[in-house]
Amino acid sequence: MSSLSRDDVAKLAGLARIEMTESELVELSSQFGMILDAVARVQEMDLSGVKATSHPQPLENIARPDVVLPSLSPEDALSGAPAQEESRFRVPQILGEAE
Amino acid sequence: MALPTYDEVIAKWDPVLGLEVHVELNTNSKMFCSCATEFGAAPNTQTCPVCLALPGALPVVNEKAIESTILIGLALNCKIAPYSRFARKNYFYPDMPKNFQISQYDEPICFDGYVDVEIETDEGTKQFRIEIERVHMEEDTGKSLHVGGATGRIHGADYSLLDYNRAGIPLVEIVTKIVPGTGKYAPEVAKAYVAELRDILRGLKVSDVKMEQGSLRCDANVSLKPIGSDVLGTRSETKNVNSLRSVERAIRGEMIRHAELLNEGKKVKQETRHFQEDTGLTRSGRSKEQAEDYRYFPDPDLVPVTPAAAWIEELRATLPERPSLRRKRIKEEWNVPDKEMEAMINADVLDIVEATVLLGADPTKARTWWLGEISRIANDQNVAIADLAITPADVAELVALVASGDLTDKLARQVVEGVIAGEGKPSEVVAKRGIKVVNDDGALMAAIEKVCAEQADTAEKVRGGHLPAAGALIGAVMKETKGQADAARVRELLLGHLGHAAN
Repeated sequence: MSSLSRDDVAKLAGLARIEMTESELVELSSQFGMILDAVARVQEMDLSGVKATSHPQPLENIARPDVVLPSLSPEDALSGAPAQEESRFRVPQILGEAE
Repeated sequence: MALPTYDEVIAKWDPVLGLEVHVELNTNSKMFCSCATEFGAAPNTQTCPVCLALPGALPVVNEKAIESTILIGLALNCKIAPYSRFARKNYFYPDMPKNFQISQYDEPICFDGYVDVEIETDEGTKQFRIEIERVHMEEDTGKSLHVGGATGRIHGADYSLLDYNRAGIPLVEIVTKIVPGTGKYAPEVAKAYVAELRDILRGLKVSDVKMEQGSLRCDANVSLKPIGSDVLGTRSETKNVNSLRSVERAIRGEMIRHAELLNEGKKVKQETRHFQEDTGLTRSGRSKEQAEDYRYFPDPDLVPVTPAAAWIEELRATLPERPSLRRKRIKEEWNVPDKEMEAMINADVLDIVEATVLLGADPTKARTWWLGEISRIANDQNVAIADLAITPADVAELVALVASGDLTDKLARQVVEGVIAGEGKPSEVVAKRGIKVVNDDGALMAAIEKVCAEQADTAEKVRGGHLPAAGALIGAVMKETKGQADAARVRELLLGHLGHAAN
């Protein structure tokens, strides 16, 4: 059975910005093993000649002409924002990422 | 230990470059939605559910952006992928409301190209081939404004304000392979490459390529290895390099910084650094995230791009003349001295001068107007020449008016001012301001007689054979006629009047 270490799960949680308790990290590390095993069953099939797919429909080249359509008003655009200031979305201070 | 000098750096170390250039396309609408892309619009007036990442909104590719990217690839001698996909680059940062950026990963639309650049050196002209790894499509991010803290930077800020007008504007990233073998010329080669790229993109008309507005941005990767070694050193990536001059300064500065660390036996840290325009130095940014941390995967909301070979060939047939070849052709055809050619390129007036010449103006006259009087006014007003309200057609008309004797150069300068002030075409300015060359000998003679009477002593000197004294009288006549007289004709008439008939 596959397994992930507690540190692997902590790293994943960090990348996904999900806060987890120590017991959740430990619990998930074994559950992730089961999930990986379930997905790995795909590899048991003979997939030679099957192209990897990223879209359920066999479509290509769906595009739109370069034409401007009306945007939302700034009031509408900001209507769902938890906080705003000067017609801009206000977000908490950005830590750790840039400096 | 003191900082090593540049000469000391290159005596011991061999720089290796890698350049990533981001270009905002000049499409009317965004990459994946129909919002406008105007620069400088009021905050959050160009957003919609797609570029704000509201639930359920789906992206649709802008076909013009695909076309522009293929054109760029072709102009950079790239292969065009018959099949390419978009991928999600996952990261959390408020400038991207989706928490991922739509980009391309292992299937870029263009790959394996090159750009040849030339630099002038003490040893003559040197050519370098910059190989292109890939050209791919992605979307720009929103703009953050950091509030609080001493300098408006993130550090020490209390919170940030986000404007998503720019989020989703089509962005093309052009990535070079590593560029070895430039030696001491590394900073100049990098600058020449970005300049050549800018000229190529401008020629394609796919971007405004304004570095100062951020529609062309360069990230410079620099590493040093001991001369003769095959082992690459650790690189730093300098962002925020927003002028051609800064490209050169940033690379030179990083070479010196790396050499200092390495000379002291320290290690160069692999990290992102930010270029400081005021000091020419870089400061440390975030340490580089590993590629796999972005967890790229094909975007399930978008379908593959498979440009038809016939379409690609159609686009190839529309490629304009290469800027470097064009410059050579223009220099020869117009017989432009090296210095003047350089001045035109630096002032960025080649297009506008050529347009003027194509409208019938003499190349030397056209060049003189744009580089001289018009550049001066642009400088005074602190705007770009292209933003002044004077067109190649205006300058061509002006040159014709001077050639026909309807205007003197001096009067033509007044007309230029009028055109730039919005008074209309040169002929309209001439009519409105009542500007005309005084070639009515009667009026001139009246002015000459008046001046000679007022300055009788001087007139007597001239009459007595002291011709240099005539200058003062000619000046006075010109003043009397408000500069509208032809100075050569005034001189002729004046000398005739004072007994020195022209031979």
